[in-house]
Amino acid sequence: MMNWFLRGLFAGVRTEGLPEGNVARSLSPGLPQSTEHATPARARELEAACPTGAIVAAAALARVDEDRCVHCMRCKGADGQTWRRDADWTHPPAQNAQGALERRFMRSIHVRVVDAGDCGSCLNELAQMNGPSYNLHRFGIFITPTPRQADVLLVVGPGTRQMHDALKAAYEAMPEPKRVVAVGACAASGGIFGPSPMSSGGIAELIPVDLVVPGCPPPPLAIVDALRLVCGQITRDSR
Amino acid sequence: MLTEFTEVLRSTWPAVEWRIIGQTVCADIDERYLDAVMKHLRAQHWRIGTIVAQESAHALDVRYFLYATEHPGWAELRVAVDPVERTLPSLTNVAIAADWFEREIEDLFSIRFLDHPRLGDFVRHDDRRPKRVLEEDGAFMMTVGPVYAGEAESALFLLETVGEDVVRAVPRLFFKYRAIEKIAEGRSAQDVLLLAERCSGTSAIGNGLAYCHAMEAALDVRVPRRACVLRAFFAELERLRHHMTSIREICASTALTVAESQAIWIEEQLLRISGILAGHRYLFGVLAIGGLMHDYERDELRTALAAAQELEHDVVALRAALETSSSFLDRIEQVGIVSERAAQTFEIVGPFARASGVAADMRVVQPYGAYADVGFEVPTEKDGDGYARLRVLFSEMTQSLRIMRSLLDGLPDGPVAAEVHTRAGSGMGWSEAPRGASVQWVALDDDGAIVRYRLTPPSFRNWHGFHVATENFAFQDFPIVLATLDLSVAENDR
Repeated sequence: MMNWFLRGLFAGVRTEGLPEGNVARSLSPGLPQSTEHATPARARELEAACPTGAIVAAAALARVDEDRCVHCMRCKGADGQTWRRDADWTHPPAQNAQGALERRFMRSIHVRVVDAGDCGSCLNELAQMNGPSYNLHRFGIFITPTPRQADVLLVVGPGTRQMHDALKAAYEAMPEPKRVVAVGACAASGGIFGPSPMSSGGIAELIPVDLVVPGCPPPPLAIVDALRLVCGQITRDSR
Repeated sequence: MLTEFTEVLRSTWPAVEWRIIGQTVCADIDERYLDAVMKHLRAQHWRIGTIVAQESAHALDVRYFLYATEHPGWAELRVAVDPVERTLPSLTNVAIAADWFEREIEDLFSIRFLDHPRLGDFVRHDDRRPKRVLEEDGAFMMTVGPVYAGEAESALFLLETVGEDVVRAVPRLFFKYRAIEKIAEGRSAQDVLLLAERCSGTSAIGNGLAYCHAMEAALDVRVPRRACVLRAFFAELERLRHHMTSIREICASTALTVAESQAIWIEEQLLRISGILAGHRYLFGVLAIGGLMHDYERDELRTALAAAQELEHDVVALRAALETSSSFLDRIEQVGIVSERAAQTFEIVGPFARASGVAADMRVVQPYGAYADVGFEVPTEKDGDGYARLRVLFSEMTQSLRIMRSLLDGLPDGPVAAEVHTRAGSGMGWSEAPRGASVQWVALDDDGAIVRYRLTPPSFRNWHGFHVATENFAFQDFPIVLATLDLSVAENDR
């Protein structure tokens, strides 16, 4: 007979502190940044190399739309884009963001995850957050199975057509006040799949979005960051 | 083997022109012969690889790809379909495994398969729910999904139940249909690789590799030896990680939280090893058509292998702990049983099939890349229940580490990418992804753009056998059965 209680106890504390600033390569692939290149030709080359149109050249500057980046790594390299190495990727969308929840939600929120066509890697990174290394529970953040008890809707995937109704129903079932976080390049912009007749160009086309976490998939640290932002435990300036 | 086999085909159907191209027997056949030829192949234990419909401005074809299980070899049977009448005989009487392929083609290409038992309402939902079969007092249909549980993938399950016991369960999939095959059309070969990787993010190398193999067959590219070895190394690293994820999900489904935490910790370490080595935790961007995107230093690979081997101790300890927990075993033993016969009939692939005694593994049956030269075992179990599937996952992890070790010992020097020249053509590629055989087919035009892309991931095959495992079970076992089957909705839905 296995004593799981003792086994768990002897495993010790595996929870890690949240890193400040840059994070290790093991935790995040990084994200490309707008970069000034030596020549306009190089910037145009990188624009052409980007499969999702995340890079747009303006003279020698290659501008990056983080939401569209799918980590194909084709703009990486010695004379490529510079990549940010932190995990504070969360940002409000261009329009209609409500900001963080009220102060009373600061200590604890419940989150409902909706898969709107995700490939599995965003969902897997969400599962990692519940593991001992990231230990989401220490922030008072819990994944709940029902939208009726959820304060935050976390949507992954490009919003496939056959999920439209289910996604809207989940959103409408949530009590006010509520917030929506779009996680991953697909939910942010359609990513590699959308917009197409079967996928939306980001779930903001379907329901109002308050925060966006780019990445393909965003590392657990970036999603933890988004959830702490949405419940008001941190603000963007304090970190 | 293949030549003798083709001789038999030639003598039996002299009217058909049989050609051997590489490892494949090809023929354009009339639909009248389809049934008989298929029966002949099935009698020799050939399995369905994939069925591809392709429509151009003036032609409509359906290609049947089968592979031999006793020696290397493929068969490609092309049948021209009248683009106005759009009918074909159904093969479900000869091969039940053709059922879902035909339903998918009917739904997306409007080809009617005569005598098929159930067509319509498959990929595109027209909200006609399957008829309730059960007629008993108190019988009702319980729906689960498409949004359910914590971080579950979106799928709808219709559970027919009389009180506590579920008599049968019908899955309704394709809620996550992203039409990967359709949006690939017109894109460049490089960009479709991104789609192949992201069809199922948790088996990016598995599905990406099959796509690369298909492209390399179409463009006649010889992949350098070093790239083959490194590809296999990454594929095994991914298999390790994927199997740990499945084991974690099985622990979670039985609410064994300590084991779940320990499994997730090992999984996170494997993700980190991938991150350090490849720069991406899910190994996106490792593969390229013709080889690999980058080369890797021997030291980097050695460090990654050493780190993975260090985890082996934890994996073995977790296995021993699980195998001595009677409360855990009570919940996974004798649930979701799939007999060997059912696994053969539905042509289930991967660890799912191997737990039912079917040693189907593309690495052995149709060897590719570096696998022909690596010695390893294919773990199989006879019981076909949840526990057998768990044991197979654990045993395969040990084998994967063994393969990685011997691959690195024999790592040759040389380039990691071959030059690729685009041209028109078509090609078939396969690989053993973590969940089973991934079979893909591509057709290109002169500019190197994709004309037709067909992706047959392992989960598409395995979901077809889902209902076999979910007959007459206790309602509370549903999450456990689902977790032990190791099915991906994303991979099926594409």
